[in-house]
Amino acid sequence: MSLFELVAAPFADFGFMRRGLAGVLALALGATPVGVFLLLRRMSLMGEAMSHAILPGAALGYLACGLSLGAMTVGGVVAGLVVVFAAGLVARASNLKEDASLAAFYLLSLAAGVMIVSYRGRNLDLLHVLFGSVLALDDSSLLLITAITSVSLFGLALLFRPLVLECFDAAFLRAVSRWSPVAHYGFLVLVVLNLVSGFHALGTLMAVGIMILPAASARLWTRGLAAMLALAVTLAFVGGAVGLLLSFHTDVPAGPAIVLVCGIAYFVSLIAAPGGLIANRLPVHRHLSS
Amino acid sequence: MHTAADSSIRCENLTLGYERHPAVHHLTVEIPCGAMVAIIGPNGAGKSTLLKGIAGELRALDGHIHLPPHLPAAVEGIAYMPQRSELDASFPVAVFDMVAMGLWHELGAFGGLSRAQRQRVSAALDAVGLGGFAARPIGSLSGGQLQRARFARLILQDAPLILLDEPFAAIDARTVDDLVHLILRWNEHGHTILTVVHDFEQVRRHFPTSLLLARELVAYGPTRDVLTEALLARARHLSEAFDDHAHECHVKVAA
Repeated sequence: MSLFELVAAPFADFGFMRRGLAGVLALALGATPVGVFLLLRRMSLMGEAMSHAILPGAALGYLACGLSLGAMTVGGVVAGLVVVFAAGLVARASNLKEDASLAAFYLLSLAAGVMIVSYRGRNLDLLHVLFGSVLALDDSSLLLITAITSVSLFGLALLFRPLVLECFDAAFLRAVSRWSPVAHYGFLVLVVLNLVSGFHALGTLMAVGIMILPAASARLWTRGLAAMLALAVTLAFVGGAVGLLLSFHTDVPAGPAIVLVCGIAYFVSLIAAPGGLIANRLPVHRHLSS
Repeated sequence: MHTAADSSIRCENLTLGYERHPAVHHLTVEIPCGAMVAIIGPNGAGKSTLLKGIAGELRALDGHIHLPPHLPAAVEGIAYMPQRSELDASFPVAVFDMVAMGLWHELGAFGGLSRAQRQRVSAALDAVGLGGFAARPIGSLSGGQLQRARFARLILQDAPLILLDEPFAAIDARTVDDLVHLILRWNEHGHTILTVVHDFEQVRRHFPTSLLLARELVAYGPTRDVLTEALLARARHLSEAFDDHAHECHVKVAA
């Protein structure tokens, strides 16, 4: 099998592969930068929790209108926002920290979501919801994902400076401006939107994979924020494309394949990168002059 | 016409606290503008809480804080520097960018840095002895260097009222000297400065006025009159108990 047949032919010959590639590119541009900030805010696991919170909303949309893109999206966004803001409110008004209240809400959401889906749907539908269908993206799904990516890029550009300050010195931001809550909640809205777009392609269990894994890999290689963002987006796109090919040639589901490829990139980074395991243990032969 | 009350920070029967437990209790004090005051007292005396209250981060449970009317809107007229622990130094941002955020009032969330503004940032870095560190990530700075960077940011904020919460904790003597000289220079230029300090030696050397706090006001005045053994002992005694089952406070203060 030639390199062309291995890498390019699937995309040249099959429309669904091209759609998958476009979807992956949109996800890399939209979801991964948001994932970088999730990682830097030490909210990686909260992103995971929020992705499950989307399920009951999408399931209710499914219950009402069947496999309708619009209904499931609106349901998912509403459910995600409700859980995020409710968790934030509980954290501010009670003794519970935000992670604990979010964990409580997302567990309830996930349980409710699976129950709703299995009540009405077939197992195939449940698989679609849990693992997505990046190789079966129709025009409207693709439009939705790219639209969310556009909104997300615009929103991040708008919030960039307050968000960076909110991440590393929130007290200073609160002292000089009223942007702190705008940055915090605006960012959470972006997270929910991108989780919904990732949910259509990769499913609710895998959506966070393309956000966090490339971000974590990039953190190990880079020192500046701009370089980290650029590298994370590149890794996400390459990982997505390789994952699609892996899925095509070996006939495994595409969502887990993409996340696994991103995971391999993460392990390679973990071993080889300057911030990784080996570099910190290598003996220093010659240190720099003082 | 400016009367004394117009150009001073007045706390009137001020009570600040958390979950109804007062951390600052019925404090009445008037600090004239242009003063340089050390806020001292034992741990848990409400020093940080008082700064938070003046900075507008904490709502008063009772009483009022009157800021002088010539201060611009609270947020712009006050530079408040909380304790160092709140800054995440592992975030990948360069020293220059961190310090440049002191210009927030000129830049806002979207404005770019002009050439003149970049020069002011560099000048501020030079002023705190971090001239060569502009491009370094903040994570590579030592504790003292990071504190210098935060002072460079304060230089750019250029606020009339500066609130510093333990700026000298765990910092070597030379850095403390440099930073104290910065503070003295601000004060000469008419900035009002309230600083929480733990080291009485530093207070005696540099701060003309002191405010001794033990939840309630113990003493306020010239440092040599405040830093006496009798008053310090009284402050220690007052600050010891935090009663979980405290009754509601019914102290009435004559208006």
